[in-house]
Amino acid sequence: MTKEEALLEYCIRLGDDSLILGHRLSEWCGHGPILEEDIAMTNIALDLVGQSRTLLTYAGEVEGKGRGEDDLAYMRSEREFKNALLTEQPNGHFGDTMARQFYFSAYYYFFLQELVNSKDETLAAFAEKSLKEVTYHLRHSSEWVIRLGDGTEESHQKIQESLENLWRYTGELFMTDEVSDMLAKEGIGVDLTQVKQKWDERVKQVLEQATLTLPEGTWMAEGGRKGVHTEHLGYILSDLQYLQRSYPGLKW
Amino acid sequence: MVTQTKDTQPIWEYLKEIPDPEIPVINIIELGVIRDIKWNDDELEVIITPTYSGCPAMQEMEDDIVKVLNKHGYTKHKVTTVLSPSWTTDWMNEEAREKLRVYGIAPPMKGTADKGVLFGKMKAVTCPHCGSGDTEMKSQFGSTACKALYQCNSCKEPFDYFKCI
Repeated sequence: MTKEEALLEYCIRLGDDSLILGHRLSEWCGHGPILEEDIAMTNIALDLVGQSRTLLTYAGEVEGKGRGEDDLAYMRSEREFKNALLTEQPNGHFGDTMARQFYFSAYYYFFLQELVNSKDETLAAFAEKSLKEVTYHLRHSSEWVIRLGDGTEESHQKIQESLENLWRYTGELFMTDEVSDMLAKEGIGVDLTQVKQKWDERVKQVLEQATLTLPEGTWMAEGGRKGVHTEHLGYILSDLQYLQRSYPGLKW
Repeated sequence: MVTQTKDTQPIWEYLKEIPDPEIPVINIIELGVIRDIKWNDDELEVIITPTYSGCPAMQEMEDDIVKVLNKHGYTKHKVTTVLSPSWTTDWMNEEAREKLRVYGIAPPMKGTADKGVLFGKMKAVTCPHCGSGDTEMKSQFGSTACKALYQCNSCKEPFDYFKCI
């Protein structure tokens, strides 16, 4: 694998994480439990889809075959998507969505903190920009985990279950392979062991404050980075890609 | 077609004609999204930076820039987007802040990106209607990506706060 091939794969993974999670959050539009949260979730979706546009555009440039952000978002099939399995998990109830958001935002916040130092100028600039946005996402989801955990008996029990159910998808965020190793060594990518350490600390701290118990499961699901997904991604794509699949090349 | 001088100063003036599509009381120069204007041989390049990655107003601003340049007789031009240094509310001047306040939006505090955003205490925001400092954040996310939702405890009016990043 060449450095360019690894960089392309890296951008696709990052871009797909934001695109798919952004799409999931956008599904809350008009369905939020209260107006403020409806607006919050769609705001976060907007940030994530915007970040994904930067990454997929850059992926297209690195690839050099003339594919743009729209080609990559709308014309790839399920097996070509490289998002982490966590991001495609269903919204469930509000607690499920906040648990998913908290796990992901805590990872992404510390990931971007490292990526700011990337030797790749585009990735470094992307990280500098996105970090400001993700800081708000992490604060928002942390506050909800605390509020639900330290709330009523029912909210405590529900958010605890959400955190347990999604726990198995957190390991994949930190798994390394040829792509991540090569780019970390080159100073382009991020050392995931450092991110994992900070993530562990933050999750532990927030759950303690929320009077919740840290899940203990050790088995971790994986496959997203290789294009092997849970059943949910296909349904997301049929919704997300419908228009371009039906009317290829259609412009807004 | 008259030959244009390669001075960029008039162009900075022309671009002041373009209001922020979502907050029309301030123009895009005051908003701080225009980072540079330069000539590459006979092509004019306007360099912009987004406020937020997903801000839907950016495309509109880009289209407006092209329209204004065409209107003033510039034919060969392009708009380029850069992400670094990333946009900060510190780039808004006092005049723009005052315009926001009069419009009913609490202007961003000086001093970038509340360091306290993560769990720290948020700074007190002054109500743009009655001037009271007794206000409460209702949501960190407001009517647009750049704003948070507040309510004044004195006059009870809800208002938008242009949040610091």
